[in-house]
Amino acid sequence: MKIVVCIKQVPDTKGGVKFNPDGTLDRGAMLTIMNPDDKAGLEAALRLKEQYGAEVTVVTMGLPKADEVLREAMAMGADKGILVTDRVLGGADTWATSTTIAGAIRNLEYDLIITGRQAIDGDTAQVGPQIAEHLDLPVISYAQDIKIDGDYVIVQRQYEDRYHELKAKMPCLITALSELNVPRYMTPGGIFDAYEKEVTVWGRADLKDVDDSDLGLKGSPTKIAKASDKVRKGAGEKVVLDTEEAVAYLMGKFKEKHVI
Amino acid sequence: MGLEEFKGVFVYAQQVDNKLDGVAFELLGKGKDLAKDLGTEVTAVLVGADVKGLADELAVYGADKVIVVDDPELKEYRTEPYTHALASVINKYKPEIMLVGATAIGRDLGPRVSARVKTGLTADCTLLEIGDFPLVAQPGKEAEQKHNQLLMTRPAFGGNTIATIACPDNRPQMATVRPGVMQKIAPIEGAKAVVEEFNPGFTPNDKYVEILNIVKAVKNTANIMDAKILVSGGRGVGSKENFKILEDLAEVLGGTVSCSRAVVENGWQPVDLQVGQTGKTVRPQIYFAIGISGAIQHVAGMEEADLIVAVNKDEDAPIFDVADYGLVGDLNKIVPALTAALKAEMGK
Repeated sequence: MKIVVCIKQVPDTKGGVKFNPDGTLDRGAMLTIMNPDDKAGLEAALRLKEQYGAEVTVVTMGLPKADEVLREAMAMGADKGILVTDRVLGGADTWATSTTIAGAIRNLEYDLIITGRQAIDGDTAQVGPQIAEHLDLPVISYAQDIKIDGDYVIVQRQYEDRYHELKAKMPCLITALSELNVPRYMTPGGIFDAYEKEVTVWGRADLKDVDDSDLGLKGSPTKIAKASDKVRKGAGEKVVLDTEEAVAYLMGKFKEKHVI
Repeated sequence: MGLEEFKGVFVYAQQVDNKLDGVAFELLGKGKDLAKDLGTEVTAVLVGADVKGLADELAVYGADKVIVVDDPELKEYRTEPYTHALASVINKYKPEIMLVGATAIGRDLGPRVSARVKTGLTADCTLLEIGDFPLVAQPGKEAEQKHNQLLMTRPAFGGNTIATIACPDNRPQMATVRPGVMQKIAPIEGAKAVVEEFNPGFTPNDKYVEILNIVKAVKNTANIMDAKILVSGGRGVGSKENFKILEDLAEVLGGTVSCSRAVVENGWQPVDLQVGQTGKTVRPQIYFAIGISGAIQHVAGMEEADLIVAVNKDEDAPIFDVADYGLVGDLNKIVPALTAALKAEMGK
């Protein structure tokens, strides 16, 4: 079985968020990580590899620096890494991004494509289903459990108040939830091996069946009219009191605000 | 085909088990505003099996017209037949705006439909308005500024940035909209829908996945998005059993218990009680954040609450940056004492 996993390098918004004194985001001070849902997708692929035997190829699109997440993925156990990077791909929205990644994947053999549900920077959850549409594949989003049954995958698809157990014929695309599993750590041997393995770098010319007019900023139907860092409302009062005083303080505030 | 041939505001009227989702009414409310600004109508698109009977309910909440796609293949939500239904409606009726709820269904359906009809899609919008793109015309290029565009505003970066997006050269302008943000209109009692039925034909292929099983979670009756008072617990509550003290506080105030993502991951509470970026956006009158550190993904889902009260033993917890009243201390002592005090006060 051949599995392609799409991953993205993102700024770490969880815990690593830094603000400027004016309340805006200090991007320069933030670390980058492998997007959590993508990492769960990779872990799912690696478990399928252990269980059924598979070759796992990780694909990312980004700046040359995104090579780092491919190395991390290979240190976890992925077999091959492909970095899609080209100046003409910059500024892509989800349409242009999914078109680009689909163009890269058309060069590969695959039974299964796994993406994360959404990236923590954009939070759109659009790229996975859109790649599936471009490649004319069935898609199962929000996967919380993945099993293989011959030529089929059996996946638990999460909704707000239920899940559907779905059966799809491969090849198909699955978007993974970070709840799917707890990703493994890189091993020292894996890290060593990851730097022995080769990362393939592809540019515009390597994308298959893709028009220039569908790529990058120019190929993006959505355009940013305005972007700003959100200035949060200021902190209110913070008190350190013993229990009795704390309750009295809060009751006083509730009365003041006519809550009670 | 010219963009000007696309007319009308369309709303995807999500239903599950032949019951309309609240977000359908919220989108109709917003759709009506947008339609008024554009001098056009708002149309609901109802997709399912035996769903025609729901059309009048959509009229009650503002739909001028309802397009019904009714087919046995559409009994349960599946990506492909629903995508085919909605994409076919778009290709036939050519709306200028298509709104979809940013639910677990809409966030799957929206992207697939947008890719099929080749247009842009802006995810999880919290504000929609009609305006110009660019917002300010470039000097000397006034003629290039487009008017009557849908301007779609959404948070990104875990709620740390806000972006306003336009889709100037493709139609329809598509957005998924966060549930709980838009306002539904006061019901128009007795309103009857103008119904148009449309069936593009459904021929199963490999993209029609098979549903083997449907497992419903034990339904929690309270919808946290409707609650006026939420008592929300985080990892600091310590255990599933200890949520009892939060339930007691909620009960005395007539509120509802909700939680952070960590609590769901620990299996202490079901996912439908989760507040935050990957959970629900809530706007209660009072939000109690009990033992919640306040990761920005959480804050993004509750910062619009009228009043935020935080209790946490860590005085550096980021939740205190958004709380109106922050109590640094042991929740196991403060919460029961507060419940007792409220009980005494209300008993007066």
